[in-house]
Amino acid sequence: MAEVRLNDVQKVYPNGFKAIHGIDIDITDGEFIVLVGPSGCGKSTLLRMIAGLETVSDGEIHIGERMVNQLEPADRDIAMVFQNYALYPHMSCYDNMAYGLRNKGMPKDEIEKRVREAAEILELAQLLDRRPRQLSGGQRQRIAMGRAIVREPSVFLFDEPLSNLDAKLRVQMRVEIRKLQRNLGTTSVYVTHDQVEAMTMADRLVVMNEGVAEQIGTPIEVYERPATMFVAGFIGSPAMNFMDAKVEGEEVVVGGKLHFPMPNGTGALEAGREVSLGIRPEHLDLGGNGDVGLPIKVELVEHLGADTLVYGYLPWDTQNLVTLRMQGSQEFPAGHEITLTVSHDHLHLFDKQSGKRI
Amino acid sequence: MHKKVIFRHRWLPYALLFPQLAITIVFFIWPASQALYQSVLLEDAFGLSSKFVALENFIALFEDPHYLGSFKVTIVFSVAVAFLSMGFSLLLAVMADRVIKGSMAYKTLLIWPYAIAPAVSGVLWFFMFNPTVGINAWLLRQMGYDWNHYLDGGDALLLIIIASAWQQISYNFLFFLAGLQAIPRSLIEAAAIDGASPMKRFWTIIFPLLSPTTFFLLVVNIVYAFFGTFGVVHATTDGGPYGATSILVYKVFNDGFVGLDLGGSAAQSVILMAIVIGLTVVQFRYVERQVEY
Ligand SMILES: Nc1ncnc2c1ncn2[C@@H]1O[C@H](COP(=O)(O)OP(=O)(O)OP(=O)(O)O)[C@@H](O)[C@H]1O
Ligand SMILES: [Mg+2]
Repeated sequence: MAEVRLNDVQKVYPNGFKAIHGIDIDITDGEFIVLVGPSGCGKSTLLRMIAGLETVSDGEIHIGERMVNQLEPADRDIAMVFQNYALYPHMSCYDNMAYGLRNKGMPKDEIEKRVREAAEILELAQLLDRRPRQLSGGQRQRIAMGRAIVREPSVFLFDEPLSNLDAKLRVQMRVEIRKLQRNLGTTSVYVTHDQVEAMTMADRLVVMNEGVAEQIGTPIEVYERPATMFVAGFIGSPAMNFMDAKVEGEEVVVGGKLHFPMPNGTGALEAGREVSLGIRPEHLDLGGNGDVGLPIKVELVEHLGADTLVYGYLPWDTQNLVTLRMQGSQEFPAGHEITLTVSHDHLHLFDKQSGKRI
Repeated sequence: MHKKVIFRHRWLPYALLFPQLAITIVFFIWPASQALYQSVLLEDAFGLSSKFVALENFIALFEDPHYLGSFKVTIVFSVAVAFLSMGFSLLLAVMADRVIKGSMAYKTLLIWPYAIAPAVSGVLWFFMFNPTVGINAWLLRQMGYDWNHYLDGGDALLLIIIASAWQQISYNFLFFLAGLQAIPRSLIEAAAIDGASPMKRFWTIIFPLLSPTTFFLLVVNIVYAFFGTFGVVHATTDGGPYGATSILVYKVFNDGFVGLDLGGSAAQSVILMAIVIGLTVVQFRYVERQVEY
């Protein structure tokens, strides 16, 4: 059990590429933190720095009471689950799990006890004699989990551990991992690029973009009050609609025609300021009684079963599709004109230049 | 999966195979059959007539202490060459695997010895260890060891072992390096997190995972030491002193062409042939099937 603190952590690779631009995170004891972001944003790099597999170029990483920058991975009291599982192919599953304990010089019967216990929890008692190649992907995943938990580390690190599994197994494993982590109460850092995994598993999310932590917060905070346009566009599916707008007095005007009231909690803004107005597809209503109506010409309809996605254009902007997500199933011919409404507590306002929430 | 090629003309595949078949027949099958034939004949002292003696040549060989001695020398020599060469290559490969900058230069340099003819490499080492003018012999003398491969059988054997092993380092190095680079980095990282020291990581993870390569190279090196080192011996020690470096291939040549005991020499080459066939079978059975994880 331990806290993990990152203090202005930076990473410059030997080739001069700056992968991490200074990240601060305080992870409390027992917390499940998910690092999420698009490919190449530096999630793995950050995780591997915590693990000690990459050097820290600048800043400090603390695990518990200790500053671990200079410590070897083995001395950091962590366990890591790799994307490809990284099981030792020439050892039985039992030996895979026991390897780390043997290296610590733990007595044989204690090792046996811990491995059996972990196997019990993960339901892999019958698999212990097999080699990794004799297992399915899901079973390998469990062994990799087992190898992590037998060491009883203070921190678990996961690098996209579920991305090689099929969709159904992924859902099942994500629930299991979360349950297991709650029971053990071990501080965890989990990397994924799958926002559903991120939203469902995290106590707190760290949304990363190009080596910067754009927002750190609970899934609901991040969804309801995205700190930047990037976060707003990345979290939530389908992505948020953005419209260019101008501030005019107490209103935000889109395309010179649609007058939206200022979103809740926004102070007075100088007139003429260029902003971006964000509306989530699920907050648009078909012919409801929202505050403002958006006239949309339907372009395309997608049926997801439970939901229907409708894509269309505003009359003066044929560049940016507006997406509507509605419950149930409904058919619209292309070219059909509909009016969508939105309530003003669901409006997001961002500065056009900086992309920051206003 | 079998790829089946259909030829329009019946004779075309045979025509295409002909050059290879001709070479095999003229340079391998025919001499091999001659050796088999010779091995059961005994020539008279003047080489004028020969008579059929069945397996007597073979029986004589295995009763000959010189031949048995040569067998022992060959085994010591082969094992030493294989281990020395493979051990050293593995060390180099492990170090080259870590180098990022300029690794291409290292690799290129390390491959060069392979391009040198065995006889040349033998002579090279022969000079370096020459008791009167060789730099290595001089260095050894500074350290208090009186090196003389003209008189000391052990020194002579060591000399041809070093010369032969040096030749083979490049080849082994390439295979070991490829093997090392095929091991996923994450395995090594997992082991590092699991608290294994670099040494322990090497012996418990890397070395076992390299075992298919190691086994393949072991067979290749033994075959090389048995058959590919004639030039080294011939150019340096000529089997001496007192037969201390008379390995089997060298003895075949020496007994046949210097001693003119054609029957005995042929019998020796038949035995060598049997060994080659045995090693090839081992190689195909176990190596081609690759130890798979
Ligand atoms: N060894 C390295 N040397 C130089 N640049 C690197 C190195 N490793 C990674 N990078 C770069 O650092 C950036 C971050 O890489 P990282 O692996 O952390 O991304 P990621 O967020 O984990 O992406 P993914 O979701 O694809 O795994 C990338 O632009 C990558 O090209
Ligand atoms: Mg990654």
